[in-house]
Amino acid sequence: MNKTEGKSLKEFINDFIDSFGWPRLIIALFLIMLFIIAPLGGISITQSISDVLQRFGMNSIMVLAMVPMIHSGCGLNFGLPVGIIAGLLGGTISMQLGFTGGLSFVMAVLIATFFGIIFGWAYGVLLNKVKGGEMMIATYVGYAIVSFMCMMWLLLPYNNPQMVWGYKGTGLRTTISTEGYYLHILSDFLQIKIGNLVIPTGSLLFFAFFAFLMWAFLHTKKGTAMTAVGSNPIFARASGINVNSIRTLSVIMSTVLGAIGILAYQQAFGFIQLYMGPFYMALPAVSAILIGGASVNKATISNVIIGTLLYQGIVTMTPSVMNSLVHTDMSEVIRIIVSNGMILYALTRKTEGAK
Amino acid sequence: MNKAPMLLQARGIKKDFFGNVVLKDINFTLEKGQIMGLVGENGAGKSTLMKILFGMKDITETGGYQGDIILDGEKVHFETPFDALAAGIGMVHQEFSLLPDFSSTENIQLNRESVNYNVTSEIFGERLNTLNKKEMRKKAVEAINKLGVDLSPEMVVSEMPVGHKQFTEISRELSREKMKLLILDEPTAVLTEKEAETLLKTMRKLADSGISIIFITHRLGEIMEVCDKILVMRDGCIISELEKDKTNVREITKAMVGREVKGISENKRENSDAPEIMNISHLWVNMPGEIVRDVNLSVKKGEILGIGGLAGQGKLGIPNGIMGLYQAGGKVIFDGKEIQLNDAKLCLKEGLAFVSEDRRGVGLLLDESLEWNVSFTAMQAQDKYLKKYFNGLIKWRDQKAIEEVTQKYIDELQIKCTSSKQKAKELSGGNQQKICLAKAFALEPRLLMVSEPTRGIDVGAKALVLEALKKYNQEAGTTIIMVSSELEELRTTCDRIAIITDGKVAGILPAHTSSEEFGYLMVGAKDMVKEGEK
Repeated sequence: MNKTEGKSLKEFINDFIDSFGWPRLIIALFLIMLFIIAPLGGISITQSISDVLQRFGMNSIMVLAMVPMIHSGCGLNFGLPVGIIAGLLGGTISMQLGFTGGLSFVMAVLIATFFGIIFGWAYGVLLNKVKGGEMMIATYVGYAIVSFMCMMWLLLPYNNPQMVWGYKGTGLRTTISTEGYYLHILSDFLQIKIGNLVIPTGSLLFFAFFAFLMWAFLHTKKGTAMTAVGSNPIFARASGINVNSIRTLSVIMSTVLGAIGILAYQQAFGFIQLYMGPFYMALPAVSAILIGGASVNKATISNVIIGTLLYQGIVTMTPSVMNSLVHTDMSEVIRIIVSNGMILYALTRKTEGAK
Repeated sequence: MNKAPMLLQARGIKKDFFGNVVLKDINFTLEKGQIMGLVGENGAGKSTLMKILFGMKDITETGGYQGDIILDGEKVHFETPFDALAAGIGMVHQEFSLLPDFSSTENIQLNRESVNYNVTSEIFGERLNTLNKKEMRKKAVEAINKLGVDLSPEMVVSEMPVGHKQFTEISRELSREKMKLLILDEPTAVLTEKEAETLLKTMRKLADSGISIIFITHRLGEIMEVCDKILVMRDGCIISELEKDKTNVREITKAMVGREVKGISENKRENSDAPEIMNISHLWVNMPGEIVRDVNLSVKKGEILGIGGLAGQGKLGIPNGIMGLYQAGGKVIFDGKEIQLNDAKLCLKEGLAFVSEDRRGVGLLLDESLEWNVSFTAMQAQDKYLKKYFNGLIKWRDQKAIEEVTQKYIDELQIKCTSSKQKAKELSGGNQQKICLAKAFALEPRLLMVSEPTRGIDVGAKALVLEALKKYNQEAGTTIIMVSSELEELRTTCDRIAIITDGKVAGILPAHTSSEEFGYLMVGAKDMVKEGEK
């Protein structure tokens, strides 16, 4: 009797591991371990949880931006900087035009969407020409647009004193404060405070809204076509689907989400980071969705949520916990190992994603 | 008749690929300087037999073979093609194995180049020897002369006409010193008539010089012209061994397609007065390996039209071209309306459906559920299984309708699966094929094209699939065009059968015509038979 029960428990555990996936499990356990050790280093748990939630709100939309391109078979969007640049243009132009407060955010989103659609379309057309090598090309598209914009930030005729270099009067600064514009516009909305614990309800709702739109889209006719294009493009073509236009649509969606994602990031972070800033944004988003259990050709909303929580959890917790325990700065090393290791792992395995 | 010494003897050769028997008890002998023709339908086992003779990797990797091969009085067992080459067997494959950017001399001499020693090779070993171009050229020219063709030794392969490529390959085999046996796998398929003629003459010459040749071809005329004896294979057996002088094309064809199947007679519906539903004129399709050149066909409403023919003749290209999967041209009129070619969506909208021969590549979403596989095409092309909101602005997937239709076809076609949520890749070949049919049925087409519906599935599933097609044709009145390389299958299922040869319709016959007649059409020997009968 005991024996059979033990066996079924074992089976249950095996099934669980199979469906949840080893990497996710290990990272989740590591994160739990960090939370357990944290009090030993004198770190407040509620403070840590607040940080994780805050960072979740900041990053989750950029992780969500990975979903459409994965579904359409374009792979992971290493060209996320394209979307981020569109977002930066939206943010800076909105400030330049003199919008303030909540309106500046709305305008930033609208302008960013506009640029996101144009950039995404061009980027999508390019990716259609390099089928099979999307991810590598995307990486270089990201590099190229970041470098190009490094020049443009200096040359474009911005003149809002809060944004341009003080000593010269032209050219945008490397970091621009969003104070007075859309600083904390989402995270302070309906914010809940329980003692030390701060829940940025607005940011979470903002993410939930886009996540819902994405979920709904994937349940429509077009969304179904997008998944099928990613699953077997020849099948889709034989079913009368214009594969290229669906792929372009997915790239546009991804780029627009990237643009809106960076705005959500800036409002919480407090600064617009220009020049090389967008350069470093793609890898965290890619590794977050992979940690969440997505693979190169399958991704769900729950992959996004779990992945962002785990990744941001590690990123928030390791520095503080490690520093307080070992008194050396190990955090960056661990962060790099985790994010790059996950990408490497996901690109080598060709199985489907966990649910 | 003085008997030449025996070169090759095969005794009781058997081969199976994981339980699937492809060769059963093959016995034959080949004398020195003899040309043996090897004919048979696709899948008769010709290629497998030749692969065994040549020691190809696919044989050793799948568990080797049984039986003995005796070459020159010695029992041999080749593990690799190198062993076979060393023993004096040369093979020219259907696909060229040449280096396109090398000259014919370099190709002929590849890996057997004449070399000179130099300083570096003294130090680093013979791999760094310099090539002796003069000597190489001499040897190449020798081989070319032996073949008796006009081939420039300097010409780069990529610039050659196909015929010359073929000659280069044969010269390469001939330039080996101990060449005893040459295997030619459909060498004339890519040649023009003139070139083929030269090749046949050369073969005769080679044979006279003492080299034995095994010649595989579908063209019976060539066999009759050049071979000393003819081996006919069917279903992994040697059906008959014929002396050239004592046989004719008719006998060979009969042996090739042979088997009579019961149940053909019941399928004699020939309603010649039925209206035309599709008219295909001057169709060309650029499908690699299955090029359609100029097809004219008229399909009658409610019939099952079979399209048969040997592999590579273009029969598969017809449905693929009409459905826009490969570039096509010509004129296709369906139900009085011209169909825009190269656009799958329009074809589906017009009520055409297609079940591809490439199940895994084109026919299925392997990573998705059966529900998706069955409903997807109908959903996308015809807006079925969708709930519409806001005046059709949002088209939401109707999960319930999808489940219902999938379950309906699972029951109807007896698809073995755990549930409609199972992934398509987890099903067996036969059940996957049924899913492909279900996908097409869900479109409720007016004309259904099925391509190789029974390829790679077991006998039981075959019968079920064919039965389902027949039933669908009778109950829904759907016109069906069925493309298959298995003639007997076509004869049991179809009303009329068109045979495609060389990208054109060689002839259309009612299904109850004897299989010999179809055989003549397939090998392009119709005229020859008529001449013989005069």
